[in-house]
Amino acid sequence: MRIALLADVHANLEALEACLAHATAHGAERLVFLGDLVGYGADPAAVVARVRGLAESGAIVLRGNHDEAALTGPRNFSRNAAVAIRWTADQLPMPTRAYLGGLPLTHEEEDRLYTHADGSDPGAWNYVTDSTAARESLEGTQARLTFCGHTHVPALFGLTATEKLVAHTPTSNVLLPLMQPRRWVAVIGSVGQPRDGNPAACYGLLDTAACTCGWMRVAYDVPAAAAKIRAAGLPEFLADRLFTGT
Amino acid sequence: MKDGELLAGFTLGPVVHRGGMALLREVTHPDHPGTMLMKQPLLAEGEDPAAIVSFEMEQMILPRLGGPHVPRCIAVGHEPLPWIVMERIDGDSLRPLRDRLPRPLEEVAALGASIADALDSVHRQGVVHLDVKPSNILRREADGRMVLVDFGLSRAARLPDLMEEEFRLPYGSAPYMAPEQVMGVRGDPASDLFALGVLMYFFATGIRPFGDPKFSPELRRRLWSDPPPPRALVPECPPWLQEVILRCLEPAPARRHASAGQLAFDLRHPEQVALGPRSKKLRRDPWSERMKRRFHPDHQPKLRRPLASLPRQNAPIIAVAIDLEGGSTEMAEALRGMVGRVLETFPGARVACLNVLNGPPTRSGAGLDDSGRNAHLRRLIELRHWSAPLNLPEQRLTHHVLESLDTGAAVLAYAAQNRVDHIILGASAVTLTRRVLGTVSTEVGRDAPCTVTLVRLRDS
Repeated sequence: MRIALLADVHANLEALEACLAHATAHGAERLVFLGDLVGYGADPAAVVARVRGLAESGAIVLRGNHDEAALTGPRNFSRNAAVAIRWTADQLPMPTRAYLGGLPLTHEEEDRLYTHADGSDPGAWNYVTDSTAARESLEGTQARLTFCGHTHVPALFGLTATEKLVAHTPTSNVLLPLMQPRRWVAVIGSVGQPRDGNPAACYGLLDTAACTCGWMRVAYDVPAAAAKIRAAGLPEFLADRLFTGT
Repeated sequence: MKDGELLAGFTLGPVVHRGGMALLREVTHPDHPGTMLMKQPLLAEGEDPAAIVSFEMEQMILPRLGGPHVPRCIAVGHEPLPWIVMERIDGDSLRPLRDRLPRPLEEVAALGASIADALDSVHRQGVVHLDVKPSNILRREADGRMVLVDFGLSRAARLPDLMEEEFRLPYGSAPYMAPEQVMGVRGDPASDLFALGVLMYFFATGIRPFGDPKFSPELRRRLWSDPPPPRALVPECPPWLQEVILRCLEPAPARRHASAGQLAFDLRHPEQVALGPRSKKLRRDPWSERMKRRFHPDHQPKLRRPLASLPRQNAPIIAVAIDLEGGSTEMAEALRGMVGRVLETFPGARVACLNVLNGPPTRSGAGLDDSGRNAHLRRLIELRHWSAPLNLPEQRLTHHVLESLDTGAAVLAYAAQNRVDHIILGASAVTLTRRVLGTVSTEVGRDAPCTVTLVRLRDS
C-alpha cells in the first residue's frame, strides 16, 4: 500500500491541493497528516475543513504545536509565528477549534509510528534535526519506523546493525529503502512552508510493500499563497519565504 | 541451512564459494529460469558484526543497479539472516590471471578498457565501488564484458551510507586502495580509477605498485611515495600505457582521469594519448621530492574534493562530426561555437573530432595503400586545423578519421564504442535525394545512444 505523509501544511491551501493531486496520481491510497495544519499561512479554516473531510474517509490526522497554540496561545514562538498564530486563532470558528483540540499526538499501525515532533516525548515538541535527537527518538520508542515533521527540512536517520546512527539528506523524488530489520526515523519536509532551500511543497510517499519512502517535491502556485498572506495583513516575511523555501 | 531447503520460495542448492565474508550457494525458483546465486554473510562466532552492516549496504545498492556490468539482483531478504539472490554470471573472475603475470601489454590495455567501461556504467548510476580488485571482477563468457561484484564497501550517492561510521572495517583491499580511501574519504569515483591503475600496473609488470601492506603507516606510503615506473620494470611498455597507468595512480584524485569513460577512451586510442612527463619517467622521483610530498604542507596531495566537483555530470565525452568536403566555412565556425559553449558548461569535458572518409574500410595501418594513407593523413591535418581555435590542451582533444561508406553508421558506431555523451553535428542541406533517403543528421539524431545537437545555419 502507498501512504502519503503530509506534514506542516501550515494553512497553505494551494500547496496542500497540489500535494494531494500528486499523491493521488502516484497511487497513494491512504493519507496521514503529521500535524501543524495551521499557523503561518492565510487559509487555516479552509485547510482544516479540507482535512476534516479527508479524515471522514479514513485519513489519519495528528496534532502539531501550531494546532495546539491556536487554541492555547503561543509558547516559545518566534515573533512572526506568534503574530500569525494569534491571527489564526481569530479565524477559527468554535467547531474547528474543538476539532483541533481533539486530535491525537501520535498514531501507530503495524511497524509504524506517526508523530509531529520527536516521538519519544510527543507533547514536548522537540525537533529531530540531528543524530543525537534522532537517537533519542529511536531509543524512546518501539516502532521500527517513525515518521515525523516539525523541522520543515527533509532528513532520514537510521540505526545500523552495530547500533551506529547514520544521517542522510534525501534527494528529491528518489525512493529510499527503509531496510528491514533496521529502525529508521524519516523526517518529512513541509507541505506549506519548506525551509530546505527548495520552495516546492514536500510530502512523503511511503510504499509499505517495497518498504521505501520518497520525499516528493511538488510545484504549486506560490504567488497565490503569498498574496493571500499579504492580503491578510500577516508579516511580509511569511510571504517572502515561500518563494525561496527558507 | 541444507541443500533442498526452501527460503522465501528459493530452493537451496550446493555451496559454490565460501569467501572471507560471505557464502555463495546455487538456488532455483519456479518463477525464474536457470540457477541463481544466493549470497549470505558468514558470521562465525566472535566475528565482527560490522560485516552485517557491509552486507546490508550491498542489499541496498545492488537492487538499484542495472546494466550488463553488475549481476542482476533478483531478491533480497533478512530472515533468518540477510540474503541476496542474484544472477549467476557465466565466467571466471580475473583472480586466476594473477598466477600468470605479467600479461602481454595489449591484453592489459584491453582488460583495462573493459573494466573502465564497467566502472563508467556504475559511476553513471551514482555508485562508487571502492573495492575494485581482480577477484571482484568477472568476465562474462558470452561477450567478454566485465561484471563488478561485491558492493559491500560501496558508496551510493543517493542512499544513506551505512558504512560511514564503521571505522573498524577496512575501507577496501590494501594493495588497491586509493590514498583518499586510506584517509577515510568515501565516494570519489576517482578512487575506483586508482584501483584499476594498480590492477593494470600489477598485470603489466607482475609487481604490485604499493605492495600488500598489512599496517596503517605502510598503507599511507602511497600518499607520497611513487612506485617505480612500469617502463623501468618492463622496458617494452609503451610510453602511452605508462602515461595512462601512472595517471590513474596519481595521489590526488583530481589529477586522475576525469571519468572512467575518459580512461576507457585513452586505453582504446593509444595514438591519441597526450604524452606528458609521466610517460617519460624511467625511475622513481628523487628522494628529496618524495620527502617534500611527505612533509611539506604545500606539496601534499589534496584528497578531498567538494561534492560538486566530482566527475559525475561535468566530464562528458563530446564527439563533433565535421564534414570536411561539403561543409562551408560558416558551418565550421557555427560548429566550433557550439562546441565552445558546451565546453564552458562542462569543465571536465573532452572533445573527439570525427571525420568520415567514405572509402572501403581498411584495417588500420596495415591495409592502407599510399593514396589511402595520404587521404587519411590529409583529413587528420584538416581536423587539427578545424579544432585549433578551440584552444584545448592536448589531453582534452583527439582527432579521428573513420573509414566507412556509411557516414551515419560510422558516427553511431564510434559513439557507442567510446561511450560518447553528446554528439554535435551540422544539419545536412536538404536536397530531394536526401528527403527521400534521409540524411546523416536525421539518422544520427534518431539512433544515437546519447544527446545530439544539430547545428543549422539560419537562412540569411
